[in-house]
Parts: sequence; C-alpha cells; structure tokens
Amino acid sequence: MDTSTWSWEPGERLIVDLNACKDKYEWIEELHVSPDGEKLGAVVNVQGEFSACINGEAWDETFERVWNLKFGPKGQLTGCASDMGEWKFVVDGQPWDDTYGYVWNTMFSKDGSKICTAVQQDMKYGAAIDGVLWENLYENATGFVLSDCGNHAAAAVQVDQMGQAEIDKFAAGIYTVAVDGKAWNTKFTNVFGLVFNPDGSRIAAEVRLNLYDYTIAVDGKPWTQTYQGTWAPTFNPVSGAVIAPVRQGGKWTLAQDGLPIWDFFVNCWQPQFSQDGSTLAAIVATALGSWTVAVDGRPWNVTADAMVSDLVVSHNGGLIAALGKTGEQWTAFVNGKAWPNRYDMAWAPVLSPDGEHVAAKVEKNGKYTVVVDGKEYSRAGDNCFDPVFSPDSRFVLVKMVEGGKYYRRVVPIAEFK
Amino acid sequence: MSDTAEHTEAAEPVLTFLEKVHAKAEQDQVDGKYAAFEKIEDVGIDQGVARLTPEKIQKTINGVLKGECGTRMKTYVETCVHCGLCSDACHHYLSNDKNPKYSPVGKVKRTIWNMLDKDGKLTPEECREAVIVAQTECNLCRRCQQFCPFGIDIAYMISTVRRISFKLGITPQYIQDTANSHSVTMNQMWVKDDEWPDTLQWQEDEGRDEIPRLRIPVDKEGADFMYSVIAPEPKFRTHLINQAAVIFDQAGCDWTMPQLPGWDNSDMAMFTGDFETMGRVKKMHYEVAQKLRVKKIVMGECGHAFRSVYDVGNRWLGWRMPPIEMVHSIEFFAQLFREGRIKLKDKYPEQVTFHDPCNTVRGRGLHEDGRYVANLLTQGVVEMSPSKLYNYCCNAGGGVINCGPPWKTKRVLSNKIKAEQLARMKDRGINTIVSPCHNCHGGLEDIIHHYGLEMELKFLGDLIYELMEKPGAVE
Repeated sequence: MDTSTWSWEPGERLIVDLNACKDKYEWIEELHVSPDGEKLGAVVNVQGEFSACINGEAWDETFERVWNLKFGPKGQLTGCASDMGEWKFVVDGQPWDDTYGYVWNTMFSKDGSKICTAVQQDMKYGAAIDGVLWENLYENATGFVLSDCGNHAAAAVQVDQMGQAEIDKFAAGIYTVAVDGKAWNTKFTNVFGLVFNPDGSRIAAEVRLNLYDYTIAVDGKPWTQTYQGTWAPTFNPVSGAVIAPVRQGGKWTLAQDGLPIWDFFVNCWQPQFSQDGSTLAAIVATALGSWTVAVDGRPWNVTADAMVSDLVVSHNGGLIAALGKTGEQWTAFVNGKAWPNRYDMAWAPVLSPDGEHVAAKVEKNGKYTVVVDGKEYSRAGDNCFDPVFSPDSRFVLVKMVEGGKYYRRVVPIAEFK
Repeated sequence: MSDTAEHTEAAEPVLTFLEKVHAKAEQDQVDGKYAAFEKIEDVGIDQGVARLTPEKIQKTINGVLKGECGTRMKTYVETCVHCGLCSDACHHYLSNDKNPKYSPVGKVKRTIWNMLDKDGKLTPEECREAVIVAQTECNLCRRCQQFCPFGIDIAYMISTVRRISFKLGITPQYIQDTANSHSVTMNQMWVKDDEWPDTLQWQEDEGRDEIPRLRIPVDKEGADFMYSVIAPEPKFRTHLINQAAVIFDQAGCDWTMPQLPGWDNSDMAMFTGDFETMGRVKKMHYEVAQKLRVKKIVMGECGHAFRSVYDVGNRWLGWRMPPIEMVHSIEFFAQLFREGRIKLKDKYPEQVTFHDPCNTVRGRGLHEDGRYVANLLTQGVVEMSPSKLYNYCCNAGGGVINCGPPWKTKRVLSNKIKAEQLARMKDRGINTIVSPCHNCHGGLEDIIHHYGLEMELKFLGDLIYELMEKPGAVE
C-alpha cells in the first residue's frame, strides 16, 4: 500500500459529522474507513432500499440489499448488492458488467489495483478478478486466495461429482487446486491452506492424501513425506523454499521442503518470514495453555494462557509482534516483551516502515484508542480504526469517531505517552 | 339401536401411556425387531471390515493404544474392579432387558479389554463388533461415570475405540460422510460457502415482515458476541436463525455472524475419532471469531457442539480452555432474563418437563439455568425421574443418530427406558418437553413417534420467541 501520496500534515481534520446525515437515512449500518482515512463509508437504508454512503453521501443507485462493504487499499469502496434476484459487485457505486448467482468474499491485491471475489454462477463456483470470471467453474470451491499482485486467484475445487454419502469416492479424492480456473492434474481427499509465493508464480497447499495422511503440495507436486496433520504453508520469499507446520508423533514442528527444521511443540502455526528471508517466526504452544511466539525455533519467555494471534514480522526480522490474551485481557508481545497495559480487545499490530515501532487499535471500558509502543493516545473514541504509520515512520494516522463525528488525525509518535 | 349397542359392547380398556410403551415393546419383540439388531448392514463398516488384514488390525490398535493413550487409559483399565455398578446407569442396558453385553463395563470388555488381552490381534469380526459397540451402543453420555465408584470415564475409553475404528477404516457410512463434510466445508451438512450468507439474508428478510428494522449483522467487527450454530439450522431448521435474530434484536444485543466458514460449531469428526479434522474445524471456529474481535461466542441450542468447542476440540489444539469465552444459549438466555432484557407478554399455558442434554448438564452443569428459563416461560417444570445430572440420554447424542437410517430402529428401541420416562410424564398430563439440544430433539422425536406418546418438543428459543414482548414488531 503506497502511503506516500496521503496527507501527512500533522493535526486534526473533521471528515464528516454523522449527526448531520442521520435524518437522510432510515438507518446507517457499521462504519468503515478508507486506509488513508479520508472516507467514512457505511451501508445505509434509503426508504426501504439499500445503498452505501461515503462521507454521508449515498451512491446514486439503490439496491434490494447491500452487504460485505469493504474499502480497498486504494480507497475504493466495494460491496455486494442484489437486485431482482441477481447479485452485482459494486465498486464506488458502479456495478461490474456481469451479474452473478451469488458473490462474496472480497479480496484485494496488496496495492489495491486488483479486486477479486468468489462467485457462484448457475450453481458452479469460481473466482472473478476485476469482473472477469474463471472460464472453468466447479461443483464447489473453498478457501479462495488472491496473489499479492492480484493477477492470480486460486481455490480448493471439487473436480468430480459425488452422490450422497459416497465415502469411498470421497476418500479416493475428488478435490484439487485450481489456479485461475485451471485445475491441477492430481486429485486429493482434501485441500486446505492455499498460499501463493510473493510474485504469484507458484502456489502451495496442504493436501490430505487419504483419510489419514497429510502433506504439502507445491505446484501440484506433493512432498514425499507424510504427516499426521499440517497447517497452512508459507514460502521463503528469497530462497523459494516452502515451510509448513507438520504433526508427527502427536506434536508439531515446522518442516522445510518436507524435513523438520524446528524442535517439536504442542502446537505451531502461522509461520511467517521476514521479507528478506532471514527470520522465520511462528505462533507456538510450549505446553497446554501456554502460548507464545517462536523465532527461528526459539520460543519467547513471555506467554499467554488463552491465545496468541496476529503475528507480524518486519522486513528484516528485527521487529516481531503478536497479540497475547491472558484470562480475558489482551496485550501486545513485541520482541519477546509484553506491553505494560491490558485491554478488553486488541486489533492486529501494525509495524512502522522503519521497523522500529508497533501500533495497534485497542478497546478499554467501551472506548477505543491507538497504542504505539505500549503508550496510549491521549484521546479515546466511540470507535477508531487500524492506525497507519507515515512513510518516514514519524507520524501515526489516527482515525477516530467521537460523539458521532469522524476525525482524521496525524499524530507525531512523540505524542503517545 | 344405538343405545342397545352401547350397553352390549365391552368398553375398550383405556391404557396409560406407560402401558402403551410396554405393549409396543412387547410387540417389537414379537416382530423380531430386537433380534434384527444382529443383522444390520452398513456399507462403511462392512466394506471396511472386508479390507482388514491381521497386520493392519494389530498395528492400528496398538498404534493408538500405545502411541496415543497414556496414563489415563492405563489408570482406568487398572482401576476398574468390574463391580458392574455402571450397568444400571446405561439406557442401552436398561432398554435391552439388562443384557450384560450392553452394560458400560460389558462394552469395555467387548472392546478395549479384548484389544489389550489379545495385544491387538483381533479378528475382522471382532473389529466389526467393536465399532458397532462404540458407534451405536454408546452415546458417550457419561452417565455411567456418575455411578462408577472410581469415576472412570468410560466415554473416553469408547472414544478411543472410535479412534481405532476410524484408523481401521470401518466407521459407519453416514457419520463418516458427515465428518467428510466437515473436512471440506467446515460444516456438517455440505452447506456451500455462498449458501450460508444467502440463508442469513433470506432469514433476515423473513424476520423483517415482523420486525421491520431487524438485522442479522454479518462480519460486524467488534460486536459483543458472535452467534454460532450447527449446520442443520441453515439446512433444515432455518426458522431457528430467524428466531435467534429476533430475540437478540429485541433484547438489544450487539452481535454478529461470520460471512466465511467457521460459523458451524458442530463436530461429528470428534465422534468418529478423526481428531485431525476436529482440530481443523475448531481452529477455524475460534479464528473466525478472533478475526471479528468479539469478546465471546454464544452458541445455539446444541449439546454435542458444546462438548467439542468447550472441552475436547480446544484442548486437542493446545488451548486449555476456550480461547474466546464460549457461552451456551441456556446460560445466555438466563442472563438476558436476569438482566431484564427479555420481557414476556405471555406464558406458555401448560406445565412442561425438561430434558437435560448430557453435554450441557454433565459437561457444564447448566441444568439450573435451563430450569430458571423454562419456569419463567411456562406454568412450571415438572421433573422427570431421573433428571438433571442423572438424566437419561436421548440416545441420539454422541453421533449415534448420525450413523443414519440403518441404525434407527436399534437406536429407538435401545431407549425404551426414555420412552417409559416420557410416558410417565404424559400420564401426569405433561404434553410438552423442553430440550435445548438439536440431537435430543431428533432422538426424542423418534421415540415419541415410535411409542405413540403424542408429546410436543420445544427449544427454549421457540418459547422465548413466541412469548416475549417485541416492541419493534409491526402491529
């Protein structure tokens, strides 16, 4: 996401006063904010019909229903809309040319230039990128993914028909991976956890070879080793090696191209490389109810008894953060240390471009604010949205709703105390 | 003429419902329905058994017993003194003329002990018997554990037999198909990804006929709770989603349901012993809730799913407790009433009885909350005997009903004791059973029908929806 063109002038701007537009609509649904904080969007009920509004102004067209509203990285507001029994995908008020039996699960390329959705057409399933539907559609498709560049979409697809309770046929394998609508030649009992490599030229997935044996397949070719279980793999962005959590003897480790590379844990998932490929981190349980992050195989000392989630790794691996929940309270774990305060809820940590700072949206006592490096912003609102760092890492964009008014604030990091 | 006929014909004897149950059971014996238990065929079991080899049997059994079972199994096996006090706890035993082979200890003898005694060297026929015992003659209801002087969890031992059966490839066809559905769609009824939000939307439309401003908020990030259900709700019992939406809306709840898979909390993979699929399904359930940043998950009126999300599936993954607070509808409804968020415009005009789901009562002790809610809604709860922690299972739970049509008659006849219990209620003038569990409804419906009990079944949500004040409703 290119943030260099955004306004980073320090200070506050009132974007929209929702109190002033309430009377225009029967109701206003959940609020969404564009990444640059310039637009506030919501589904609105206009005299029994539905539309979406941006900064209080509704799209020209209304529909029988609008749902799944999302802002893309470039600030485009998208939604799924139904009319006369057909479904449309709408971008900034303009429907794509085709209509569908159903459309859902919006995905954006990393820079926001491509938009992908899952589509059902005449009870067959596939994906559409910028409104161009796969040529081949399938009996069923699950686990859709879009490559970072947005040029390729993939899903686990059912390639053979199956009658009711045909368990032998199921076990023999009727599922595979389809990339841009083209299915691999090999069929599997199940396919899960699809992931593209960074440039979208390769794809890996968990595959179940029968009811008992799991492994990883890369571009259609399964590893020779099999396991009791697997979780979603990842690519080393530099070497191209594929890493995946695998289960052997009831415990979990990471395997690279089939071979274990870490010690075993009670669980291990969501492996993530730094962009330079130098550092590998994953969420691990070192014992029942003891969760943390392991970096290059070594678990941090800080643990959470409930869960750890939302692992993020900086470009060079120098900054690693995740959320930790102990009891009913959340905090962030950063490079093995917990932030000092606890929150009723926390959102995914955001890293600064220079790899020095961590920010997160949090909730405490029904109010929402932003925390940077463990220090809270001076104000808390009725709602706020994920923070964004400026390109030079000196400022934080705080998007906050207070008293029905939505403010965009650019706040120097030094103001978080 | 008519006067004469009335005086000359003998009056039909009026049978009590209990007598009707006994008469029906006698007729079932005469018709050979009990004897037919031995001849039931199941493609999943029979074709699987035909593929077994001595090497595979021994390797698989010992692989599970020695590789996956630790101190817990050893302790149970060595502690049991074969006293048989568990026998009278089991509805299968009580419903089958106290045949010892149906007693809990008898079922362990026919499975785990046999495997241990023979070092895993069972014949294919013995494997067939083991899976039939584990999947169709035990509901994992844990009633026997209440009566065991040592508290041995026989359900755990029978679960292990299911795990072995799964690894042997001899799981009954229909429940295996359900587990297959979990592995593909992450729900138990092959509901496709689009069918789920589509169903929520048409239920929302239906609901707006009554409550014009009703919403089923999908993917509402930061809501207080995510509501999760089992797949039969979008598949067959869609009105339950509508009812829940109306209840939450009118009680002023801040709630959501997810767009993508993870919405189904049920788990037949747990009951086939396919723990890897169980773990995957539970992981997705909690991850989808975490992505929505909800503080808790409220789940619909289901028993077995509660066991999976609260006890078994979460722990298999390494979570000691549910990583996100998990609240059963029984507790949640009780909380809404206690907080005054549901007000009633009316009461159900009759007394009712309350059937406790094994997994919410013996799994978490929710019997008093259930009665608190049911008493508020009705003219009062009349207790069955036994009840609460000691209630008899419906014989549908534990995945038994999911073994499908081949096993239906055996399932119904093997719960004659429940039919007698219900008949005693019916003879006292109780016509309605409240039970907050889908499987219990399925099992009890079949029993009511087979024995002619003419009773009605209700979820708590059915009654709340029917009886609550709805300020947002159109006149």
